[in-house]
Amino acid sequence: MPAFDSTRDKRTTDEFVKGLWKENPVFVQVLGMCPVLAVSNTARNALAMGLATLFVLVMSNIVISSLRRFIPKQVRIATYILVIATFVTITEYVIQAISLDLHKALGAFISLIVVNCLILGRAEAFASKNTVGRSILDGLGMGVGFTFALLCLGAVREIFGSGTLFGVELFHDRFQDWVMMILPAGGFFTLAGWLLVFNWFKERKARARSLREEAA
Amino acid sequence: MAGDPLWSIFVNACLINNFVLAYFLGICPFLGVSAKLETATRMGGAVTFVMLVSSMCAFGINALLLTIDAPYLKLISFIAVIASTVQLVEMFIKKVSPALFRALGIFLPLITTNCAILGLALFQTNKGYGFLQCVVYALGAGVGFTLALILMAGLREKLELAAVPDVVKGTALTLMLAGLLSIAFMGFAGLGG
Repeated sequence: MPAFDSTRDKRTTDEFVKGLWKENPVFVQVLGMCPVLAVSNTARNALAMGLATLFVLVMSNIVISSLRRFIPKQVRIATYILVIATFVTITEYVIQAISLDLHKALGAFISLIVVNCLILGRAEAFASKNTVGRSILDGLGMGVGFTFALLCLGAVREIFGSGTLFGVELFHDRFQDWVMMILPAGGFFTLAGWLLVFNWFKERKARARSLREEAA
Repeated sequence: MAGDPLWSIFVNACLINNFVLAYFLGICPFLGVSAKLETATRMGGAVTFVMLVSSMCAFGINALLLTIDAPYLKLISFIAVIASTVQLVEMFIKKVSPALFRALGIFLPLITTNCAILGLALFQTNKGYGFLQCVVYALGAGVGFTLALILMAGLREKLELAAVPDVVKGTALTLMLAGLLSIAFMGFAGLGG
């Protein structure tokens, strides 16, 4: 089997697309909740966290899928965690070098990417069984889906909680901030709200399908 | 920070800055195993125990890393220590009390990826706690985690009987409950200082 899939057929691109919507890690699989809730109080933090996770996910997918024949089955989880921890350490030092403010705002949650169940989950469920090319696409798709979900939460919480978006004032002085939205409780409520929206879509689709079947 | 009295560290970790409801650590088991009161209690006990052991190990590791001047190895060594602690605890419980081992079941290996444990190790290092303070901090965090889990399980058992719309059922409902609990825990904010 070649390391890279040269045939970029429809099924290969599917690996990328599925993470964006159909198997969105946050809204559908409900994985990696801790960082999603903790650092989504502003859109900027959410975006940074999403990109950091995307980087770690893609890199660990590459390493794990290329080593998949050499990792003994008994110690695979420990090996995955060590690979992930290495890339997280790199990410942490890079963020610290780029912006100290961002490093302070994200705090220990950069280090906690190690125990994000999404990354370990993709390593175990996908990268350990597929080629490098497919694993990169899978990591990119899942990472972008994760970043998208974080942005959804971060934007809503920042708009309601402090009347700004990416630090830009939206409402001038006429807006009374909902402080609750930046506090921990707001995170739970916002995520619950988004899940409701998704459930509503799913239910509407199911109802439409059953109506169509009845008609046919 | 380093001079905090022990009772204040305990109350802080347990109630004011509850690991689940204020720091969002350990959300996965919090949502996953809080459906029944009995399993929630057992999970809480197991997590508290692993927290205590890994907190002591993390204290030793950190002291060692500081003497050999290699702070960049912190994350890797912490996670390796936690993973092996969980493995050791699992083997120990299996040998000493097979009944307890069966009761805990799959929860034990899952604790490795519980971010509350790694979070605890990182926080105690950042705060520069001494050995005794670390132990009390771990105990407080564990008790707080167990408390949140038990409260949640109790509420969810009651809600089984309630008539809720289909759209809300499942994770969305649990998250809303967690939000309300989190507001309730904000009431403890005045306790410490």
